[in-house]
Amino acid sequence: MRVIFKRPESLSDRITHYCPGCTHGVIHRLIAEVLDELGLRERAVGIAPVGCSVLAFNYFNFDFQQAAHGRAPAVATGIKRARPDLIVFTYQGDGDLASIGMSEIIHAANRGEKFTVVFINNAIYGMTGGQMAPTTMPGQVTTTSPRGRDVQDVGYPIRMCELLASLKTPAFIERVAVHNPRQVINAKRALKEAFSLQRDCVCFSFVELLSTCPTNWGFSPYQATKWLEENMLPYYPVQNFKRPEKKGEKDAG
Amino acid sequence: MAKVLMKGNEAIAESAVRAGGLLYFGYPITPQSEIGEYLARRMPEVGGCFLQIESEVAVANLLYGAAGAGARVWTSSSSPGISLMMEGLSYIAAAELPCVVVNIARCGPGLGGILPSQGDYLQAVKGGGHGDYHCLVLAPSSVQEAVDLMPLAFDRADRYRNPVIVLGDGMIGQMMEPVEFKEHNFPPLPPKDWATTGCKGRKPNVINSLYLDPVEEEKLNFKLAAKYEEMKRKEIRFEEMETDKPYQVLLVAYGTTARVCKTAMQRLRADGINTALLRPITLFPFPEDRVYELAQRAEFVLTVEMSTGQMVEDVRLAVGRTRPVYFYGRTGGIVPSPEEVVETVKNHLRR
Repeated sequence: MRVIFKRPESLSDRITHYCPGCTHGVIHRLIAEVLDELGLRERAVGIAPVGCSVLAFNYFNFDFQQAAHGRAPAVATGIKRARPDLIVFTYQGDGDLASIGMSEIIHAANRGEKFTVVFINNAIYGMTGGQMAPTTMPGQVTTTSPRGRDVQDVGYPIRMCELLASLKTPAFIERVAVHNPRQVINAKRALKEAFSLQRDCVCFSFVELLSTCPTNWGFSPYQATKWLEENMLPYYPVQNFKRPEKKGEKDAG
Repeated sequence: MAKVLMKGNEAIAESAVRAGGLLYFGYPITPQSEIGEYLARRMPEVGGCFLQIESEVAVANLLYGAAGAGARVWTSSSSPGISLMMEGLSYIAAAELPCVVVNIARCGPGLGGILPSQGDYLQAVKGGGHGDYHCLVLAPSSVQEAVDLMPLAFDRADRYRNPVIVLGDGMIGQMMEPVEFKEHNFPPLPPKDWATTGCKGRKPNVINSLYLDPVEEEKLNFKLAAKYEEMKRKEIRFEEMETDKPYQVLLVAYGTTARVCKTAMQRLRADGINTALLRPITLFPFPEDRVYELAQRAEFVLTVEMSTGQMVEDVRLAVGRTRPVYFYGRTGGIVPSPEEVVETVKNHLRR
């Protein structure tokens, strides 16, 4: 008998605290599969943020540091500058990365720090109970935008990939989604590309994953995937924004 | 090694490099910018890393990451920048990570000014950031002493797995004095087997300060408290002057103001007034027992600071109501003169 599906070694054998229908579990698994496949588990150091994934260190089976809110890119820079041989990634939500940690992510990206950022965009603050995030959609109802996000009052949602892609240094920037199997497969491909670039000491790599939060959106998991498709995909296009030129490509072109 | 004439900031940087502080992250701020400038030149020569970071908020979190990965890492700043680091320092203390932070203090509050001050005493010794923690605080009163304290700071940071603050002021950072870089030998340090260096051949390590279980959080707090008690037993450092003779007045001062007091003591002696000086070198842990003992031999205690009265709170805690404790301070970047100290002592004696 042949085992065709099992828990990746990079995941620990624990039950997560995530809500039903939450996409953190899927993304955790994708990261674990990629690290297993690239043989990087024993060199990996993850950075857990403040947010729903604050306890991510319990769910991965390799070294972890837990960071202050928004500071994961600073912590990752410290690790990578101390130990360039380690494979370092931050795992950050939209409040963590696009609000309180905006300065840290911009400057780490602009220095071209050679770690990977896994950015979970579910358009809401999860752990604190469903408040408005910098990525909350126009009109979206949250506990701190009870009449819907008013863009005249608080501006439009921030598109992090587009913002970072305007910088010259960061070389791998891609937005993917995890609301259906085809997108999940594509997301894994992007993560694998990002970690491979880090392994080869090429560049800063940033992968944004459009995700669902059925609990705080107030939807069933299925309704949540539909809402993501109808509301987030048009505003947050799933695409690669930047990819480093392969050696020789430039000369050939 | 022969003595060389160096500016305080540059001497501190060189001493740190020689102590193995080869990873430095910082943000420019007067009056300590020469530390970063010196290291930007020096680090490439010794295979170290100097990196200018976007903010002091980020710097403290780089310290967290690098220390967590097992590196000997440090930074320097001045008062407003140190305030911005308090978030990270609280996490560093909670996660029991070693690092050294040099504060070449300037006057405040707010943006204040760029001249020397001792107004950061309470922030340095009482924790500074949120939660129940302390940093070990070393206070040099000369460029040579700053040079000598840097290796000690790195060693104790590693030994206690705790942030160490070297609290100077604009005077220490900016003045030039002859210094000698001596060899320092410390007992071997335990291996950093807790660091996140990749989990090959062992279970994963986690650097963390989140404890959702109150019992676990309390356990951490009591563990940290026990560490600070150990520091109180083993790390208290101070200098005494003229305490072996009878004296009427005990002066207590640290850093730059202790030097002013030494000059004042000579002038007072010429006028027939005997004084003694206790100069704390560790501000946390504070030499409270020695302050008490020496106070008992004096008519009163006078604490002199470049503040409106910060260390004097610890002096009063130590002395209690057994002797009067008076205070003299100047602020705004004004260094008290020896004449002012002499007059203050005489005024209190006349009462």
